[in-house]
Amino acid sequence: MNRQIIKLFGFIVVLFAILIGFTSWWSVFDAKALKEQDANKRPLFEQQQIPRGRILAADGTVIAKSVPKGKGTGKRYVRHYPTGALFGHPIGYSFMEYGQTEFEQYHNVELTGEESEFGTIFDELTGQKQEGEQVVTSLDPKAQEVAMQALEATGYGAVVAIEPSTGAVKVLASNPGYDPNSIPKTLRKLNKAEVSRPLYNRATQGQYPPGSTFKVVTAAAGLESGVITPETAINAPGSITVETKPLQNDFDQDWGEITLDTALTNSVNTWFAQLGQKVGQDELFSMMEKFGFNSKPPIDLPEDELSKSGVYDYESGRMLGRNDPVDLARVAIGQERLLVTPLQDAMVAAAVANHGKLMKPQIWKRVVNVDGSVTKKMKPSVYSEPISGKTAADLTTAMEGVVDEGTGTNAAISGVPVAGKTGTAETPGNEACGGGADENQAWFIGFAPADHPKIAIAASVECTEAFGNDAAAPIFREVAEAILAGE
Amino acid sequence: MTRDRNRELLALVPVALLLTAGFAAVFAQENAKLGNLSLTYGAYFFALCLATHIYLRIRLPHADPYLFPLMAVLTAFGLVMIYRIDESLARDQANWFVFGLVLFALTIQFLRDYEVLERYRYIIATIGILLLLAPRLPGIGEQVNGAYLGVKIGPISFQPAEFAKIAIVVFLASYLRENREVLIVGARRVLGVTLPPIKHFGPMLVVWGATMLLLVFIRDLGSSLMFFAAFLALLYVATGRFSFVVIGMALFLLGAWFIVSTVPHVHDRVEVWLHPYHDPTESGYQILQSIFAQADGGLFGKGFGQGLISIPGHPNSALLPAAQTDTIYSLIVNELGLFGACGLIATYLLITARGFKVALLANDGFSKLLATGLTAVFAIQAFVIIGGVTRVIPLTGVTLPFVSYGGSSIVANFVLLALLLLVSDRARREAEEGVARAERGEALGALT
Repeated sequence: MNRQIIKLFGFIVVLFAILIGFTSWWSVFDAKALKEQDANKRPLFEQQQIPRGRILAADGTVIAKSVPKGKGTGKRYVRHYPTGALFGHPIGYSFMEYGQTEFEQYHNVELTGEESEFGTIFDELTGQKQEGEQVVTSLDPKAQEVAMQALEATGYGAVVAIEPSTGAVKVLASNPGYDPNSIPKTLRKLNKAEVSRPLYNRATQGQYPPGSTFKVVTAAAGLESGVITPETAINAPGSITVETKPLQNDFDQDWGEITLDTALTNSVNTWFAQLGQKVGQDELFSMMEKFGFNSKPPIDLPEDELSKSGVYDYESGRMLGRNDPVDLARVAIGQERLLVTPLQDAMVAAAVANHGKLMKPQIWKRVVNVDGSVTKKMKPSVYSEPISGKTAADLTTAMEGVVDEGTGTNAAISGVPVAGKTGTAETPGNEACGGGADENQAWFIGFAPADHPKIAIAASVECTEAFGNDAAAPIFREVAEAILAGE
Repeated sequence: MTRDRNRELLALVPVALLLTAGFAAVFAQENAKLGNLSLTYGAYFFALCLATHIYLRIRLPHADPYLFPLMAVLTAFGLVMIYRIDESLARDQANWFVFGLVLFALTIQFLRDYEVLERYRYIIATIGILLLLAPRLPGIGEQVNGAYLGVKIGPISFQPAEFAKIAIVVFLASYLRENREVLIVGARRVLGVTLPPIKHFGPMLVVWGATMLLLVFIRDLGSSLMFFAAFLALLYVATGRFSFVVIGMALFLLGAWFIVSTVPHVHDRVEVWLHPYHDPTESGYQILQSIFAQADGGLFGKGFGQGLISIPGHPNSALLPAAQTDTIYSLIVNELGLFGACGLIATYLLITARGFKVALLANDGFSKLLATGLTAVFAIQAFVIIGGVTRVIPLTGVTLPFVSYGGSSIVANFVLLALLLLVSDRARREAEEGVARAERGEALGALT
């Protein structure tokens, strides 16, 4: 019988080997696919058990942190936002039951500490518990607060402030905001608010007609293509007819033969409409693309929470390109079907401020691990070079005229040269504004100090009867002052 | 002999350390501060093992020195895992462990001459069958997840199948010891297949029929498979006819297929096994969660006490259902990883190896078959439940021997261990006496 016993043992060895084979398959080889199964809620629950890294403002203010709840195996971490509604945008929120948005979502990998594959294997060997890394941002809480208060006093809208030389985002405000701490209680209600839309980031998702702020792009295309120089004079009558409809200046004012400085300072429509036609659709669209239009902005926020700026076919929602028929003269003055996000308009100002180099806008500055050492640093990188240093200098001069003596005098800061451009797009019948006949989208984009720019800002206010200079330029000034005071 | 017993004693030290370290790890995880309670538990455990060891030293000095420490490893492992799930369950389990040791000692005390079992084999077989059918008796039977595996008399509930398996193995070992010759000699080849003689084919068919009835009555594929596989293992060892095993397997598959397609509960179990994603929140929940828990373990696991068995903040939810019984293996993979699981399976394999070694050394047919049967049924039980939670076979309700929570399981398996040690003690004593006699004989020869 002994031979059979040995064979039987062999058979049992085979059975046990099958068990080890299956266990290896589930626990190692197929583990990744299993973790991605919809029915598998474990990864979600486990993330809750890891203290998520903090999010800090540039000055060290804690914007988001994790607080422990419960004990023992039931212990979990819940997100808390000490600054409340101040940074509802662009930080977003992170709750297990409600998911993640904005910055919290984009930087999830660092915040949960799932950074490097090597790290996790090494941690497994040493039994090191996974812990989230801290992400420090370039956001300026004082300036953000100024921006939020100014917006709250004016109307729904957004402010974006970028450091031109690095792309560091210092302010990204959207009014109305929301308190991320209240999300578990109020998410449903917030989602229902269809007009005020507090969860909607107007700075990155809001698409508005840019009005005259777009003349900066048109002027850039004119100078860069050689169609004009700062000395080129174009006749600007009070009204011209484009596509059978009159295109007028304010008060139908006839400006005669004027150059770029005068035209931009006084925001002369007929001048820029003709410039747009001279430059041509190809050149203008290619200049727009270099400034970042027609693409999702290269900022560290989730792609599905960003909107592209450009000319849209309203019916299909399709973005129009250089070969589609458009009313170029009206595109050139920021009308037609052109829609721009406040972030995109801030990028235009930042590129001009940085001598023609557009830096990628980034909110994060560095990642710090549990031990306090920096594991990653934001390296400023060039997104594009839409214009030359010479063109940028010419535009700056013209934009200084706007603030000194033109349409944007409310943006002036005493003792600091400011360059900028106002915009007032008429949005009659806008449902978001209640359908009023006199509603405008008021804009101001600019930078300061004009000679050594430290900050480039776009401010946008929707549903206002005021012009850019009255609604948006003061917001620009207050935010710029707050940032320059902190330098 | 004393050298063997010293080895046993030495092997028990790391077991106690393992338990102490395991408890310490769980404490550290739960309270973040380490008392000396884990040392106390370790000391209690060691004292119990030591007492058992001394008892074995007196009663069974020749018995295999590794079996008891190996089983103690499993018990320690189980205690730590159960403690990590629920403190009060672990206290129960520790009590059952003590009770198991008592029954272990009593078995050794009163069954020194275990051949008496042969005399009562039909009574034992009847008891075994009755035990298996008890869960279907009105008033005391208990249905768990559609299978009839439990019996509840007053406050005490137990799983009679755990005890039945020993009874059935004793009966089969005795029956086959007596009839193995005729089964071999009387076999005829029909159409190229070796068939057992008609006269003895009957009892085999009876066993098959009984297994099928079991499947219909208690509706548990796992237990049926366990019993029938043990029967085939014994039949093979007793007769050496592989063809018998093939015929037996074919019969089992045929019967099982028929029952699977007719009995709804058994059918559902097989459906869930084949298509778990069909209904991931209801019928497929347990097996999927079992596998997801393993996926989370990886190579090294999350560490004692760090896996999730309930949804955080909802202690009564079951993220890993039946973690202390059916799916304890998945929790082990989750917390100790593939390496921990391999260690556990290796322990079962070592026990199996030692058990078969006992059978190899035994001198008479009954002892050989008894040791083989007990070892085989133990190993197959481990295979059935681990195979169940890893989707090798349909998931059923048998326990993981010595590890799962459950009094019946731990007590019955200690009785099983006692029987193995009894067989081992005699076999090795006789072997040593044989050697001694031979040495004396040689010495005498040299003198003359």
